[in-house]
Amino acid sequence: MNLLTFTDKGIYCSQGDFYIDPWKPVLRAVITHAHSDHARPGSESYLCHHFTKPLLLLRLGNIVVQSLEWSEPVFMNGVRVSLHPAGHIIGSSQVRVEYGGAVWVVSGDYKTENDGISGEMEIVPCDVFVTESTFGLPIYEWKPQQELFYDMQNWILANRAKGNNSVLIAYSLGKAQRLLTGIGEISPSIFVHGAIWNTQEVLLKAGFQLPSVKRVTPDMMKDAFKSDIIIAPPSADSSPWMNRFLPYSVGVCSGWMQVRGNARRRNVDAGFAMSDHADWKGLLSVIRACSAKKVFVTHGFQSVFSRYLNEIGIESAEVKTEFGDEAELETEKQLSAGENEKL
Amino acid sequence: MRRFAALVGELGSATKTNDKLQALVEYFNDGDDRDKVWVIAIFSGRRPKRIVSSSFLMECCIELTGFPSWLFEECYHTVGDLGETLSLLVPVGKTETAGQPLFYYLEKLIDLNKATDDKKKEFILESWKGMTRNEMFVFNKLITGNFRIGVSQKMIVNALARTVKNDASVIAHRISGNWDPQTFPFSELTGQESALLDHSRPYPFYLAYSLEEDLESLGEPAEWFAEWKWDGIRGQIIRRDNQLFVWSRGEELMTEKFPEYQPLKDSLPEGTVLDGEIICFSVTASDAIDFFPLPFAALQTRIGRKNITRKQLTEAPVGFIAYDLLEYQGQDFRDQPQWKRREVLEKIVAKIGEPFVRLSPLVIFNQWEELTAIRLKARDLGSEGLMLKRKQSVYQTGRKRGDWWKWKIDPLVIDAVMVYAQKGHGRRSNLYTDYTFAVRKGDELVVFAKAYSGLTDKEFNEVDSFVKRNSLEKFGPVRTVKPELVFEIAFEGIAESKRHKSGVALRFPRISRWRKDKKSDEINTLEDLQLMLKQYGKKV
Repeated sequence: MNLLTFTDKGIYCSQGDFYIDPWKPVLRAVITHAHSDHARPGSESYLCHHFTKPLLLLRLGNIVVQSLEWSEPVFMNGVRVSLHPAGHIIGSSQVRVEYGGAVWVVSGDYKTENDGISGEMEIVPCDVFVTESTFGLPIYEWKPQQELFYDMQNWILANRAKGNNSVLIAYSLGKAQRLLTGIGEISPSIFVHGAIWNTQEVLLKAGFQLPSVKRVTPDMMKDAFKSDIIIAPPSADSSPWMNRFLPYSVGVCSGWMQVRGNARRRNVDAGFAMSDHADWKGLLSVIRACSAKKVFVTHGFQSVFSRYLNEIGIESAEVKTEFGDEAELETEKQLSAGENEKL
Repeated sequence: MRRFAALVGELGSATKTNDKLQALVEYFNDGDDRDKVWVIAIFSGRRPKRIVSSSFLMECCIELTGFPSWLFEECYHTVGDLGETLSLLVPVGKTETAGQPLFYYLEKLIDLNKATDDKKKEFILESWKGMTRNEMFVFNKLITGNFRIGVSQKMIVNALARTVKNDASVIAHRISGNWDPQTFPFSELTGQESALLDHSRPYPFYLAYSLEEDLESLGEPAEWFAEWKWDGIRGQIIRRDNQLFVWSRGEELMTEKFPEYQPLKDSLPEGTVLDGEIICFSVTASDAIDFFPLPFAALQTRIGRKNITRKQLTEAPVGFIAYDLLEYQGQDFRDQPQWKRREVLEKIVAKIGEPFVRLSPLVIFNQWEELTAIRLKARDLGSEGLMLKRKQSVYQTGRKRGDWWKWKIDPLVIDAVMVYAQKGHGRRSNLYTDYTFAVRKGDELVVFAKAYSGLTDKEFNEVDSFVKRNSLEKFGPVRTVKPELVFEIAFEGIAESKRHKSGVALRFPRISRWRKDKKSDEINTLEDLQLMLKQYGKKV
């Protein structure tokens, strides 16, 4: 009997009767992180890390939620459940599930580089590892964060020299906060979209230290911005909301920018391949280090990645989830980011 | 190389024409002279011959990385560009030193043309070693011979004109034609006086825009010539210095491909340049004109071949429909009005008396309504519509509005269902944008056309997501899709084809609209296509 099974509602533990990141309403949901394709509304109760709790409340409204410290165990019908840092965004966790001597770990989303705010990913030894594969092709190899910040800073300075504002497109939860710390060095004040402002407020209240930002409000006209930096979520890209920043250049911060065609398709001025997901080498290093005997590959390039694992001698199978498919993942997140702004 | 890679980066990310122009001007101001000549050469279609195949490069990469070939192919289908895929997979080494200049690599490619595979491989691996990812990308694009980054020859000409403060038309003329980037100095390409005059050099073509407004807006009908528009290859025939040269619009020297034209070496007066259509035609008379053009497919049997057989020469004889005169008695004739050029052209064509050179007939009309009616007969004459030329106009450079207009007939259309999809290239990489369509034949579906264009980005995204959700099977990069989405396919012509299962080959198929209002059982049938073939098609 498998400790976890893959059902049409999500990843399920029948012994403990709980789901991990379910995409349909259930009785008990263990949540890896607060992105909307993993934390969906409608469940009776939620369990997550302390850092994720305020974000869940922001995004899902009035819910019943219990939170844990890293490695702090809870028991559900004899199943030991604990959370461990995944390094993806603030509060993001891997879920470790143990019962009768078997240990399964569900990664959620993760990255191996320590970005300074999301915590350093912990290697959790296990028998079975359920991994994401968003960037599970060898063409995806990220530059170190410092180099990317350096590229962005140069781009911003060049825009400034031309008298242009610089608009950086980044998810409101995760990437936006990462950017703040990296480009804050060259600018005393950074403007942000309302969705990012809301996230920032919640994080400040929860005790996180973040550089201060200014909110772009509807009454702000063109004269309010002069060679400034603005951070906005993907849904704001190419919307009339952007007109007030004219003249401006747009830079998109996303792992998909690794491929030129994606940047050209979106007609952006600059693409920065910065991701909150592990790159190819990152995925492989984690899988090797956790020494799992079997690896289930979910959302991303699951068929390719799983086939490769089998070929290098790691038993693997692909699993269909509703965390998005190939490049659709981004669109899905864009849509949900759009919904959040209405809050 | 690093400077050039930076230029390519700027050109690739610039979204405005003016920014691209500025980047080029800066490059032409501070770049190395030998490199600059090569940049002009590359962007005007004169890159060195390809020395290795795609699979050769793939093997080099596989050897370096140890990846299985199926994984390489998955990457390639996601990236949609071989050169870029390689640049993302090949490990980056030490890149502190700036490495070799651009011309070094290009001239090396010429040297290696006849070298052994081992030598070629050694050169490629050695070159990759010292390159950044950006340089590697540019280098790979140079060796795979596929370099399109939204810079037209016109833009290069304008940037050069701005840099050296010379007239754009002078520069355009200079860089057309036959020159060797290995020996030709930058100053000769752009300077005021050119010592190395080349007799083969064509004039830049004057190209027409499509007529979108009302005919009435053109003014008096009497101010205009109307001619039939032909579906061949636009070309210039040049006789200078007792030699004959034939150029295509793509600025390719095609003299050798058309041996039929050789008599013109003697019969065309010295110092003459004709502009017209290279096209296959039969001399069976139809009611309006004394020749009948064969479909483009006939010409296709002739181009893209190194050696032309006697059989091809008899089955698809190539003629020339002359419609303009650019040089007369050794003098640039382009500033003469259209009517004057036409008048002299008529005399020349009559005088040379070669049966394969025909004058493009004028379409006689007095009123615009009359012309509208005449245009409907175009397809019956094997023409794709009309050309309108202002009698007083001079011959301009490049695509310009105002004096020349093309007025094509409405395309043929057919409703079809999408059955296969494949990911696109370039800005459509990792997006299913290349589709194959089928019509009905009883209960079966018969594939008859592929189309890549005609939808908006938003629609492509929608279809892409449909493909991902409704794939039935996967064959390499191709997905078989549930036959559900119906599109109207437009095309310019139809010909019989033995190579295609449907028995027809379409000319310029593209998606004209998405028929969301139709279900897949409402599409056209193979019989409908066969009827069109009977009505409009011509045997090749």
